[in-house]
Amino acid sequence: MVSGLINENPTVYEKKERRVRTDSSNTDEHSAEPIDQLEIFDHIRDIKDPEHPYSLEELKVLTEDSVELDDENSYVRVTFTPTVEHCSMATIIGLCVRVKLLRSLPARYKIDIRVAPGTHATEAALNKQLNDKERVAAALENPNLVEMVDECLLPSFE
Amino acid sequence: MANQLTQQIETFVDVTRSPTQQADSLKAIASALEKDLLSMNELVAELEMYLTTTDNVVRARGILLLAEILNFLKAKPLDNAIVHSLIGFFTEKMADWRVMRGALVGCLALIKRTDVAGVVTATDAEAVARSMIDNVQVQSLSLHERKLSFELLEGLLQQYSEAIMTLGKLLVYATCEAIDGEKDPPCLMVAFHIVELLAQLFPSPSGPVASAASDLFEIVSCYFPLHFTHTKGGGANISRDNLSRGLLLAFSSTPFFEPYAIPLLLEKLSSSLPVAKVDSLKCLKDCAIKYGVNRMKKHYKSLWSALKDAFYSSTGTHLSFGIESLTTAGFEMDEIHREAVNLLQTLVKEDISFLGLVVDDLSVNSVFNSISRYSQYKEMPDTSKLEVLVISQILSVSAKASVESCNIIFQTFFFRLMNSLGIVEKPSTGDLVHKENSTVSIRLYHGGLHLCIELLTASKDLILSSEECSSAPSCAQESWCSMVNRFSVSLIEVFTSAVRSLNDDCGADVYLGVKGLLTMGMFCGGSSPVSRSEFEKILTTLTSIITAKSVKTVVWELALKALVCIGSFINRYHESDKAMSYMGIVVENLVSLACSSHCGLPYPMILEATSEVCSTGPKYMEKMVQGFEEAFRSSLSDFYVNGNFKSIENCSQLLECLTNKLLPRVAEIDGLEKILVHFATSMWNQIESSGVFSYDFSSREFVEAAMKTMGQIVGVALVDSQNSIIQKAYNVVSSSTLPAMESIPLTFDAFEGLQNDLSTRDELILSLFASVIIAASPVASIPDVKSLIHLFLVSLLKGYIPAAQALGSIVNKLGSGSGGTNISSDCSLEEACDIIFHETLSGKIISSDDSGNILCGSETVLSKICLGFYGSLDLQTSAITGLAWIGKGLLMRGDRRVNEIALVLMECLKSTNCSGNALHPSAMRHAADAFCILMSDSEVCLNRKFHAVIRPLYKQRFFSLTAPILESLIMNSQTPLSRTMLHVALAHVISNVPVTVILDNTKKLHPMILEGLSVLSVDSVDKETLFSLLLVLSGTLTDIKGHQSASDNAHIIIECLVKLASYPHLMVVRETAIQCLVALLELPHGRIYPFRRQVLQAITKALDDPKRRVREEAVRCRQAWLAR
Repeated sequence: MVSGLINENPTVYEKKERRVRTDSSNTDEHSAEPIDQLEIFDHIRDIKDPEHPYSLEELKVLTEDSVELDDENSYVRVTFTPTVEHCSMATIIGLCVRVKLLRSLPARYKIDIRVAPGTHATEAALNKQLNDKERVAAALENPNLVEMVDECLLPSFE
Repeated sequence: MANQLTQQIETFVDVTRSPTQQADSLKAIASALEKDLLSMNELVAELEMYLTTTDNVVRARGILLLAEILNFLKAKPLDNAIVHSLIGFFTEKMADWRVMRGALVGCLALIKRTDVAGVVTATDAEAVARSMIDNVQVQSLSLHERKLSFELLEGLLQQYSEAIMTLGKLLVYATCEAIDGEKDPPCLMVAFHIVELLAQLFPSPSGPVASAASDLFEIVSCYFPLHFTHTKGGGANISRDNLSRGLLLAFSSTPFFEPYAIPLLLEKLSSSLPVAKVDSLKCLKDCAIKYGVNRMKKHYKSLWSALKDAFYSSTGTHLSFGIESLTTAGFEMDEIHREAVNLLQTLVKEDISFLGLVVDDLSVNSVFNSISRYSQYKEMPDTSKLEVLVISQILSVSAKASVESCNIIFQTFFFRLMNSLGIVEKPSTGDLVHKENSTVSIRLYHGGLHLCIELLTASKDLILSSEECSSAPSCAQESWCSMVNRFSVSLIEVFTSAVRSLNDDCGADVYLGVKGLLTMGMFCGGSSPVSRSEFEKILTTLTSIITAKSVKTVVWELALKALVCIGSFINRYHESDKAMSYMGIVVENLVSLACSSHCGLPYPMILEATSEVCSTGPKYMEKMVQGFEEAFRSSLSDFYVNGNFKSIENCSQLLECLTNKLLPRVAEIDGLEKILVHFATSMWNQIESSGVFSYDFSSREFVEAAMKTMGQIVGVALVDSQNSIIQKAYNVVSSSTLPAMESIPLTFDAFEGLQNDLSTRDELILSLFASVIIAASPVASIPDVKSLIHLFLVSLLKGYIPAAQALGSIVNKLGSGSGGTNISSDCSLEEACDIIFHETLSGKIISSDDSGNILCGSETVLSKICLGFYGSLDLQTSAITGLAWIGKGLLMRGDRRVNEIALVLMECLKSTNCSGNALHPSAMRHAADAFCILMSDSEVCLNRKFHAVIRPLYKQRFFSLTAPILESLIMNSQTPLSRTMLHVALAHVISNVPVTVILDNTKKLHPMILEGLSVLSVDSVDKETLFSLLLVLSGTLTDIKGHQSASDNAHIIIECLVKLASYPHLMVVRETAIQCLVALLELPHGRIYPFRRQVLQAITKALDDPKRRVREEAVRCRQAWLAR
């Protein structure tokens, strides 16, 4: 494994306050509440960073605006920003986000995970790796990786 | 004995033994001493070898043993000689550093002996102190021993201060040396206290503390400001607050610290650390009191400038103009600000000359120039806003400090303030006019108004505080008071014009205007600077705002709140004069508005204003209810004479207001009950005199509101009042056409001809009468019960549910009054039931059981109607519902007749009952819902509020009676309809019984509940019932008691929950089902693992649920099952 930390002293930002939803539609039993940007963000904001005890939200790896969503066409794209350009944890972070969304969203969704343009040294390779079905599946066969991912996802289920 | 003792000593001394063993042996020896089985002398003799041996470890343990034993015996009387020799021994041993701990514990234990025989003498104590000074190097000791030494010193200072005073300088230096460099919080707590005690011990200016003040302070001061981040834990329970409090006390302990402390504190005050600021301000306040005016005087200049800075840095520029800040300062205050306020107030209180600095300050004076530069608050630049807020705060705080300071502030600033607001004194006459011919056309300056209001508030608070601390001389002679008095007319005029302001953005104007008027209206006492006529003017202005507006605006709400504030202020300080004005101007005005239905204001607004204002005092309340009576009468007569539907709507609003605002406060307000009873009686009078309604009115709303009000009034009334209302109501009923129904014989033929043929007036009377009967207490007397039962019985068969509820109430309460007998009832429960169930069964044999009690089995008229032998479907359903209410009354009092009723109702649910065929589906539905009536708590009748007779555990009894029968009926039922209805009934029974009962029977009930869930999920009509049943299931799953049975039934439970996870009709059902699935994970892994696939599949579907809350639960559930 890597001996030192990749980003030893990341900037920690404040968590944004949880927006309380106004339950206006709650009165009507049959009105639908479509999946929205905030809901997706709520799923992934608390994922823990692989090397620090902070959430991805606190490190500004993810923000609410980094989620793009088209509910009707069942498409979601998450663009995340690694804290440093050469961060080798970016793949793990991307994998975490993907796994979390796979488990939380209905099967009809196509999930697209991307690194924000210009924030990572091997951006193209990374994007390709994160969206390659077979490589993701292969990664999830690796017990070490799965353990690591599960640990990062733990706080997001609370 | 001796042998045992030796062994115990060995155990303690032997360091290889475990600490618990040592503690046990210590306890054993101590308790032997306690019980006098062993004397001190014997023990010492036994210990001798251990105390004197040259083996350091053994000697240390031996001495510690003796010391610890003394610690245990603090409350045991000892011989003086023994104490003397022991303390001498320990004192001597302090020189032996190896046994230091034992010596310290021993000394401490002996020093702490108070109020028992055998205390340490003063000479001995001095010797202890001397030996300590000579021998103990505190800072070289371990933590625990340091603490012991500090405690010993503390004990000596507290109890032997006289004796050790002679040590003088030596003591002070030794203390300095001991504390210097201490870092441990528990030790510091004691150390700070020691400094405080020392300072008290040597108050003389030529004493040792005075000469060593510089050193002593240097040692203490390095801890300031205290930085302590440990939260809880460590056992010692020391918080930052405690520590910093201790430090502050040490700082302010002696005036000799003044030359060093004040500069330090001022320096720390200018730091950027908020904690440092707060602590410095607190400490400065303490010091200002302790050090005395003379010493503080030379620091005033720097104090003032530091204080001003603190104010500036802790005040925001946001001033709220919202309704909630009408009674507060209007801007947020942090802790620094609060402490700065305290300090300023203390300084001014201690020495009035400090005020000179404030008054002469340039920035304070410059604010008067800037306030008239901007009229709108929001136009001001932030610096001016800040300036206005800070200066107004400073001035009001200083004014609040004392009467003198208030005088000075007003003398210096009030004229200038008035000038800048445009109010000047004409030099010739001394009359006050506005600049422009006294017409109110002046410009409003928000800053000035705010400043003015703050000053007035300060002076108002000053009167209140002096009033509270009793006989302070009246303030009328004070100069500030006469000043306010001179300007009061113009001030009120200014505020009034602000209230009436028509600016585009008048929110701030109006707010300041109302707040100003409110402040002027709250000067208290006979010597108030605001005269009565002016006070009345304020009230008139505010009232006119309320009555003039036809829509709810900010100003309306502000004015109402201000009036309520003034009202409760008058009530709190018992101002009888003002109360009269308030009554005359505000209350009577509003009440008369409520009476007249023709005014511009919407009726709900009048009602709101009236009820809010009148709730401030009992007198107003009385007036209001009288007004409401009048209003009720005129509206009702307006309706039945002119057919004005608006009036009847007003009536219901009025009744609602009465129910919601007044009734909950009966307990708080004396005499309200009487007024309300009067109101109820007058309601009956109105209805009696109303004659025949010439207009048909379909206003259910009115009838319901009237019933609710009537019922609640009777519910809270005393028994005598209840009796009078009942009598009145009975008279009205007898004078109506209702008694005609009593002549209808209770026969099948007569019932068949029944129709809903009551006139609207009769229906109103019947409903109101029913609500009176429902709410009456068991001891109230109801006249002519028999014919009333007859009346209610007939009307319930006509379909009037309140009649059924009244009947249920009668059978519930009859004969259960004081001592089991109703005082004036002419009818017993037996007779009542007889009328209800049997009376007209001529020719039939009355069934009776062995005890001779009349039963109400399936042969009675009522039950035959229920079962559909006779009559129409309407009659049948009415009878079933009626039977349920009667049954509820009987069930709650624990009467056995309810069993028969339950049997009849269950008979109704059978697929083939005794009549040979099934009931109409609608009748069956009513019968199933009857179980809900029987079991659930009702809001409208038969509850505690309405004095129902409630036997404990009645639900459990009904459950154990009916559940088995229902179960067997379900097993044997042949048609799906009957099965469903039986399940509905069972669900009602199960979901209303306390969950503990269910938990005791989970084994039997689980299959039933699960079958019920699947049957009920077919029809969306049953969704609520389904949900309550599901909640019962979830209750059994989450409790450990239900686990065994849940585990046995896991497969059907999971199947059922999986189905419910996609139940389309109710979101909460899906949500709860998914939560239950999570709860199932508590079961043994082997039992649930086989269903993992099935559950995950179902949950994956739930991830796409239309409702967000279900999706969230699904995510959680999926993760929980995946993790397995």
